Amino acid sequence: MDIRQKILAAVFGITLLAFIIELVRRRKLRVEYSWLWICAGLAIVVVGLNYALLEWITKLIGAGWTSSTLFFFGIFFVVTLCLQFSVKISRLETEVKNLAQELSLREPKMPKGNL
Amino acid sequence: MRNDTLILLPAFNEESNIGRVIALVHDALPNTTIVVIDDGSRDATVDRALEAGAIVLSLPYNLGYGVALQTGYKYALRAGFQYVVQLDADGQHNPACMPRLLEYVRDGKSDLCIGSRFLEGGTYAIPLARRAGMFVFRRLASLLLGQTITDPTSGFQAMNRRVLELYAHDSYPVDYPDVDVIVMLHRHGVRIAELPVTMFPSAGKSMHAGLRPLYYLFRMGLDIPLNLIRRGDG
Repeated sequence: MDIRQKILAAVFGITLLAFIIELVRRRKLRVEYSWLWICAGLAIVVVGLNYALLEWITKLIGAGWTSSTLFFFGIFFVVTLCLQFSVKISRLETEVKNLAQELSLREPKMPKGNL
Repeated sequence: MRNDTLILLPAFNEESNIGRVIALVHDALPNTTIVVIDDGSRDATVDRALEAGAIVLSLPYNLGYGVALQTGYKYALRAGFQYVVQLDADGQHNPACMPRLLEYVRDGKSDLCIGSRFLEGGTYAIPLARRAGMFVFRRLASLLLGQTITDPTSGFQAMNRRVLELYAHDSYPVDYPDVDVIVMLHRHGVRIAELPVTMFPSAGKSMHAGLRPLYYLFRMGLDIPLNLIRRGDG
């Protein structure tokens, strides 16, 4: 594996990790959302520095090329992330709905006149 | 003496109809509390409803028909009402039919009484695609329920507190309440009945135009089986 590839992967992975941790530290990203990202960052660093590992995984899953392995896991990660978002959005939507209902229930407007 | 009954009218931009509908409801069931759920209307719906003598619950933004209705169910439960009659605020449902639906539930003949447009040869124009979809799910619902339901999509209903509690629950599909709700109720042992009602022609705006019938088919095809396997319905 070309040394430039290794450097690129390592720099990208470490930068991503540092950025995620910084976001968590500044409380812009909640820990519960960060774990998927931290896993991805670690995977990039580990696989980027260890080509033998990537080849081993490729053989293990029966892929033809190492690049297929990377794409497979990359897409798998994105799909997992989207699913996590969908779950969170579903919950948020229910909460927003309940909140709006609660708001209107607390302030019923009474009819005018003496009907 | 109707202190235990609440009338629910979900309304979105119905300033031209709401006053008349409330007056007709008053005529049909005098001295009954009427609650209009304003689903973020941008016109004078709220003022018209208040002038006509209704209590108004205003949602802060438009959340859809199902959410508006559920807000009303929650209100009814908290205020301790035993019975609820719901009808659309666009004037399509004839309030004169309300007492019959209500009495049916009140007499304990069923927990939910749906006002059907199709019983006794009602003539009601519905686009072909939607009618096909309705036919399929009507048959499916009838199969699952072991009884014929001719108009499961009707928004004209009378119910008791038992149904209210299920409707107010988070598992009520607020984004698309339809045949699946009936199936859900049936699973909880709710007794459902239908009575024929007369309908006034709708004042224009169709809820089921364009691609909606296709989406309807898709959603009900998904919702009904998913509802059957879903946990946490109580």
